[in-house]
Amino acid sequence: MKRVIPFQQVVEAVSALCGKAAVKLPADVLEALQRGAEQEKQPLAKSFFDQYLENAEIAISENMPLCQDTGFAVFFVEYGENVQVDGEGLAAAINAGVREGYAKYYLRKSIVAEPLFDRINTKDNTPAVIHFTPVPGDSVKIVLAPKGGGSENMSALKMMKPSDGREAVVNFVVDSVKNAGGNPCPPVIVGVGIGGTFEKCAQIAKKALLRKVGEANPDPRYAALEAEILEKINKTGVGAQGLGGDITALAVHVEYFPCHIASLPVAVNLNCHAARHAEVVL
Amino acid sequence: MIKKLTTPFTAAAVRSLRAGDEIRLTGIIWTGRDAAHKKLVALLESGAPLPVDLKDQIIYFVGPCPAPPGRPIGSAGPTTSGRMDAYSPILISRCGLTGMIGKGGRSAAVVDAMKKYGAVYFGATGGAGALIAQKIKSCEVVAFPELGTEAVHKLYVEDFPLVVAIDAEGNSLYD
Repeated sequence: MKRVIPFQQVVEAVSALCGKAAVKLPADVLEALQRGAEQEKQPLAKSFFDQYLENAEIAISENMPLCQDTGFAVFFVEYGENVQVDGEGLAAAINAGVREGYAKYYLRKSIVAEPLFDRINTKDNTPAVIHFTPVPGDSVKIVLAPKGGGSENMSALKMMKPSDGREAVVNFVVDSVKNAGGNPCPPVIVGVGIGGTFEKCAQIAKKALLRKVGEANPDPRYAALEAEILEKINKTGVGAQGLGGDITALAVHVEYFPCHIASLPVAVNLNCHAARHAEVVL
Repeated sequence: MIKKLTTPFTAAAVRSLRAGDEIRLTGIIWTGRDAAHKKLVALLESGAPLPVDLKDQIIYFVGPCPAPPGRPIGSAGPTTSGRMDAYSPILISRCGLTGMIGKGGRSAAVVDAMKKYGAVYFGATGGAGALIAQKIKSCEVVAFPELGTEAVHKLYVEDFPLVVAIDAEGNSLYD
């Protein structure tokens, strides 16, 4: 017998996650911004860091979203193989939770139903993008990472040749951040995926953004790669808001995945300084 | 030094600002982003009148969150200005638009129009939507209500913190 979670329990949990993620900056992101405010030497850039910190305080005291772009609701779900959600199931419950949460917490509805011709807003911020991973056990872990359009638009993916090697990978990531300029609301967190297939590479780049800010990859070679890319990005001088400064990125997180003998895919997914996420286990 | 600025944003004020100036803006400004710009330019090209007279006015590229009870507006930070690059030159040249507020760099065509006709591009602080909302004292939809957050809103702002990112001589903090 599978454990059964009531549909409405998932809806309410997801709705609350939407409200929480939009308003409360995670502690690790807040600490990274505080460090940035201390380290930044250029006065204009420092004033932006001060505004980010003040903004985070106002968001909580006024119960208002940190950023008006409350994003595409992107979920990473670990779905236990011995559990099921009753009624229409988990995906429908997550979408119903998004519908409820984006209305209840006065979040912006930013999704159009069709991308090229009509671009009519769905008016409830659905559908969500949901990445399911089956796992052993009878619980469901739901991570919500609302993703803003400004930073998402600056993403890049390149199918490199294996012979291109490390230096080309570093340059591709650094150039992607430099070319993005002020658009993704720097200081950014840089998610990098290396390996996998075309779509797997993009997915792990996004997942890399969920790691605690600045936590290094457990593989020392990849940790060194992260440190080198971060240093080079911060030497570009793009700075907070792209108006010049010492700190362009707060962290670089690299994730890798096995890949084909012919391939070296590299994906870059940027998160703005309002790096929002929230999670719940049911 | 922080400069105080009020709207309407006249030619003399435009010429007095330099890239890097920190500004506190007070007065009426207009919102518009992708969908509203597309509609405004379509109206212009068909010869129809615009719902808003943009002469000596400032457009803020923003799609705000819904207003919670008792508030004029929800979170309201700038969106990426580059997506409006296709539309801004005609609003500057034909309508007399003198100011734009957003985030991120602009195209050469926009900067050329700013230099030729006299306009300034201000950077607002991206990702500080809750802070900026505190500076917005009133908000009213004046055109394209069907666009929801993308409708044209008339805002009254007090001491809105901005930086002159590109001035009317083409000096740019992005270079």
